[in-house]
Amino acid sequence: MSSKKNKKLTPVQQKYQSFAKAREPKPSVLRNCMRAFVSGGAICTFGQFLQWVFMTYFDFNEITAGNPTVAVLIIISVLLTGFGAYDHIAQWAGAGTIIPVTGFANTVASASIEHRSEGFVLGVGGNMFKLAGSVIAYGVFSAFVVAIIKITIQSLGGI
Amino acid sequence: MLKGHQSWIFNSKPVILSSAAVGGPFEAQGPLGSDFDLLHEDIWLGQDSYEKAEKKFLEQACEIAIQKANLKKEDIQFFISGDLMNQIISSSFAARTIGAPYLGIFGACSSSMEGLAIASLLIASKSAEYVVSATSSHNASAEKQFRYPTEYGSQKPPTAQWTVTGAGAALLAQEGDGPRVTSATIGRVIDMGISDPFNMGSAMAPAAVDTIEAHFRDFNISPDYYDVIATGDLGKIGHRIAGDLLAEHGLKIPREILTDCGILIYKKEQPVIAGGSGCACSATVTYGHFLNRMRKGELKRILIIATGALLSPLSYQQKESIPCIAHAVSIEM
Repeated sequence: MSSKKNKKLTPVQQKYQSFAKAREPKPSVLRNCMRAFVSGGAICTFGQFLQWVFMTYFDFNEITAGNPTVAVLIIISVLLTGFGAYDHIAQWAGAGTIIPVTGFANTVASASIEHRSEGFVLGVGGNMFKLAGSVIAYGVFSAFVVAIIKITIQSLGGI
Repeated sequence: MLKGHQSWIFNSKPVILSSAAVGGPFEAQGPLGSDFDLLHEDIWLGQDSYEKAEKKFLEQACEIAIQKANLKKEDIQFFISGDLMNQIISSSFAARTIGAPYLGIFGACSSSMEGLAIASLLIASKSAEYVVSATSSHNASAEKQFRYPTEYGSQKPPTAQWTVTGAGAALLAQEGDGPRVTSATIGRVIDMGISDPFNMGSAMAPAAVDTIEAHFRDFNISPDYYDVIATGDLGKIGHRIAGDLLAEHGLKIPREILTDCGILIYKKEQPVIAGGSGCACSATVTYGHFLNRMRKGELKRILIIATGALLSPLSYQQKESIPCIAHAVSIEM
């Protein structure tokens, strides 16, 4: 019963698992997709609105407006996390609130708040990237791989 | 005294002189709110960490139980306690405050009945006059240790459960008035290969079934001997699986007798998904709700089967399955 990669369940375990599976409610994929579409879409539309505000009323163009837009979204989601509202919204919205930049801000903020009781160095500093760390590590690595592919294609006379 | 394969019968019938249940705001909103001795509006209890708050819950439950029996801390010969925190810090730190000789136990959420069984054994063997058995859990400290930060926005699956914030304590004595512990069945570790920590009900149901069957086999009695047979924290899903599994094994327990503390403690409207869990789930429901009903004369005989998932945050990250256990204690008036 240990966790070897080639772990095999005994017939009794297999029988029980299908017995239990038949009695467990399944997450509604369709409903979750719809909610994610609506909530994720709403966040993106709001981001688009912010970008328009920065371009119309401030001295930003389409490219430079990206930074202040993201900053505002991050501040809002960190505040919602701090006030204890974000996790309730996310239980409803699912992937809709995790995938946009708001989800990333929430992982960092929630971990920081959670470990405040262990102090600023070992607690907040040490745990801030507990959840976000793997996103950063693999995000940077994926960007690196994509960049290598792009450079290779370009040097071979591609696009 | 050993009875059958894995059960103890307590011929001297240790008395539960007093018991106490302390809960948080979420438990106060539940249908059993009035059965708690003390309810807190703030899950921090004025402390600066959730872990310290959990310890405070446990201390308060013990203090109330001791006070209700008109005893002092010094009268307690042994203190038995367990909780979910790493190295059972809530229990050990509460034991530091109480000052009584202390046995720390770990049976995850089954600690409540494991403690009660050991305490009864100490009393029945005349090794002690007064023993306090207690246990605690805290929603935020458990989430922090076993899952994600409390404010993290991940969507929980429909099988997830809500850890009860609170603590329960029982004070046992050789003689006196009150419900009496008559027997206990110690469970085996059962692992059905389930490794999803958001699906504890399914993981623990077979352990509960195994212990219930062992209990009725060892004592050769039928389920209608009891007015209530309550599992600890299987929740809606685990409860259904356990009921069906028992029926499949030929042990028919009437629907109105078999219940689950994790279902009883919260209202349907509360966002607890599949129900309550945690050491305090079976402890507060038993030491608060059920014992109160026994004292009022509504129940004569109850069997509590506290279920525990013996995983650690490391073990599930290393893809280990979840070994589970259940301990049953029978209390009669």
